Amino acid sequence: MSGTFVGMPAFPEAARDAVRDTTLRGNLRHATHTIRAKRAKAVAELEDWARLREAGRQIKDRTLRRLDHYLVQLEEAVTAAGGTVHWAADADEANRIVAGLVRATGEREVVKVKSMATQEIGLNEALAAEGIAAYETDLAELIVQLGDDRPSHILVPAIHRNRGEIRDIFARTMSEWGRPAPDGLTDTPAELAEAARLHLREKFLRAKVGISGANFMVAETGTLVVVESEGNGRMCLTLPETLISVVGIEKLVPTWRDLEVFLQTLPRSSTAERMNPYTSMWTGTRDGLTGEGDGPRAFHLVLLDNGRSDTLADEVGRQALRCIRCSACLNVCPVYERAGGHAYGSVYPGPIGAILSPQLRGTASEIDASLPYASSLCGACYDVCPVAIDIPEVLVHLRERVVQGGPVTRRGAKVTLRPAKGHAAERAAMRAAAFAFTRPGTLAAGQRLAARTRRFHPRRLPGPGRAWSDSRELPKVPAEPFRDWWLRTRGGKDAEK
Amino acid sequence: MRVALFLTCVNDTLYPDTGRAVVKLLERLGVDVDFPAGQTCCGQAHYNTGYRHRAEPLARHFAEVFAGYDAVVTPSGSCGAMVRELYPRMGARARAEGRGTSLTSALAPVVPKTYELTEFLVDVLGVTDVDAYYPHRVTYHPTCHGLRSLGLGERPTRLLAQVKGLDLVELPGADECCGFGGTFSVKNPDVSAAMGLDKVRAAESTGAGVLCAADNSCLMHIGGTLARLDSAMRPVHLAEILASTEEEQLV
Ligand code: SF4
Repeated sequence: MSGTFVGMPAFPEAARDAVRDTTLRGNLRHATHTIRAKRAKAVAELEDWARLREAGRQIKDRTLRRLDHYLVQLEEAVTAAGGTVHWAADADEANRIVAGLVRATGEREVVKVKSMATQEIGLNEALAAEGIAAYETDLAELIVQLGDDRPSHILVPAIHRNRGEIRDIFARTMSEWGRPAPDGLTDTPAELAEAARLHLREKFLRAKVGISGANFMVAETGTLVVVESEGNGRMCLTLPETLISVVGIEKLVPTWRDLEVFLQTLPRSSTAERMNPYTSMWTGTRDGLTGEGDGPRAFHLVLLDNGRSDTLADEVGRQALRCIRCSACLNVCPVYERAGGHAYGSVYPGPIGAILSPQLRGTASEIDASLPYASSLCGACYDVCPVAIDIPEVLVHLRERVVQGGPVTRRGAKVTLRPAKGHAAERAAMRAAAFAFTRPGTLAAGQRLAARTRRFHPRRLPGPGRAWSDSRELPKVPAEPFRDWWLRTRGGKDAEK
Repeated sequence: MRVALFLTCVNDTLYPDTGRAVVKLLERLGVDVDFPAGQTCCGQAHYNTGYRHRAEPLARHFAEVFAGYDAVVTPSGSCGAMVRELYPRMGARARAEGRGTSLTSALAPVVPKTYELTEFLVDVLGVTDVDAYYPHRVTYHPTCHGLRSLGLGERPTRLLAQVKGLDLVELPGADECCGFGGTFSVKNPDVSAAMGLDKVRAAESTGAGVLCAADNSCLMHIGGTLARLDSAMRPVHLAEILASTEEEQLV
């Protein structure tokens, strides 16, 4: 994934700063609560929401079960429509392919549609290393790019910024990238949007190469679909002569008709709209012989694996590949709301990031091994997910992988992971507890000891116990555990087994 | 009907008052309730922290201890969800790992007959008015596993609404997690504490004197936060409110 996240500390440390940043907390709370309430309303309008959700789940599962078949079908359809399909096993290969394609056009700059896949592989940085400038054209991505910042949300990458901060970024940096911000720019939404429009228009009209991702790919027709709100995507997909789309292999649906489900559930889940303002669909190139029709003259589809096949091999974890990146789970997550997106150390933050990053990247790094624990398992994410990904189930499954190791697939090969370091004390405690809990006598003895020594219990704990008692009092141990009261008052009714 | 109380290890050790309240309440409703002394822990903390294999013997132990009963009642939404939602899943995982159906068949009998307290009252006994008296202003926090895993819905508030003298006030953002989350509370202490603080502030904004929930794990976290803030608000388990009567008032 993007080099900008390499060397991230574990989630708890990264989250600590965010929790204490009151501006950030305020920005996030306001933004997530607003969209959360709107989504709930938009979803409640549909009587058949539960069935749409179930249909979405089934379509994705059916596709994933025969992904190899549908990918070949897609390749044939795209090729027949004049496009070229490239296969990229990992980020490096995808970046090499895209850089090569851009170089072959002779261009030194490209315009980009908002795309998670290209962020995942760090495409902008890779292109910059080749001397190619990539301009983000989505408003929020533009803010992140101009601010030399990292995205913190899937749909609203600049969610951590407020209007005042955005104004300052525009006024300070637009001139370095192209048309400067107008003098006396204020922080009203209309003025900020107009400044971005003027700045971007210049780039749209000049660009010869566009780069996109896709929300969906239809296997039977070879059609790609981008769903957006601003219209910048439509510009990038239609104006340039060459279009390069980098798409994760899990974005497939078998038939055109399957879109019916997702084009209802995606906008309501992500922006709380009944329908998004722009849905762009394209199949290959404009007619190669006559030059008739719209769209690019050359179209390249780069199919990205980058850990997806390995994820698909895991029976519990594979449901993460159903994700349609709506970000409803982020907006409803109490942990995301307080920790912010950057703490997740990946372009995929929030609950989906916590189950996707440790699968796509593995659990070897500190941040990836800590992500499965970045949740209280409250289940709000599962509730809102339009493709019913049981995120808590996958989190617990990945926790198991971290503490116990076990079989996983890495780059197509089955390997057995060893238990992660740093969990030795916890493992010992769990073993001891399991021992006592299968022996009621041992448990009762421990309870009695705790009750007898209760006057000596400290109010605050030292060492690791501080994690609890820094912010909360400890419960007082009662004089007598329940089981002793029961024996004393009802003794003999059910003798100790 | 042979009814067993599964109190849970946390309540047994730290909150015996909740256990006494459940016994008192059920006996008042004419239920002959037993506390099988062999009971220990459902294995939830093990399972949720990633030690599924360590949770398996605890689940088997649970199934053995409660085998002879018609109903198992627990005053904990999360432990109830462990048995009902996660025991079947544990069995399925063992099967998928090629370990046969022995775990599934060992656990299957206890799964459908395990009830969270409010389910047992409303669905099995068919009561919402339990003749309780509790003259306080109360706000109710529906804990996540009760709310989303078990789908307790309005059962707890229907019960509370019938309590004489009780003034039930709505908790803003009630469905938001309090931040406990078992080992989450110590693995991510900063986020957990921030969530707890927000929950406490929302509760205090209601003007209630009592914060009620049907799970003492969450109340331990919320109550610990209240105590650290020297708040006048008290955390009280739902069972203790329902057990309280005019003759024998719990405070
Ligand atoms: S996991 Fe579900 S809710 Fe979260 S972004 Fe993906 S589809 Fe949306």
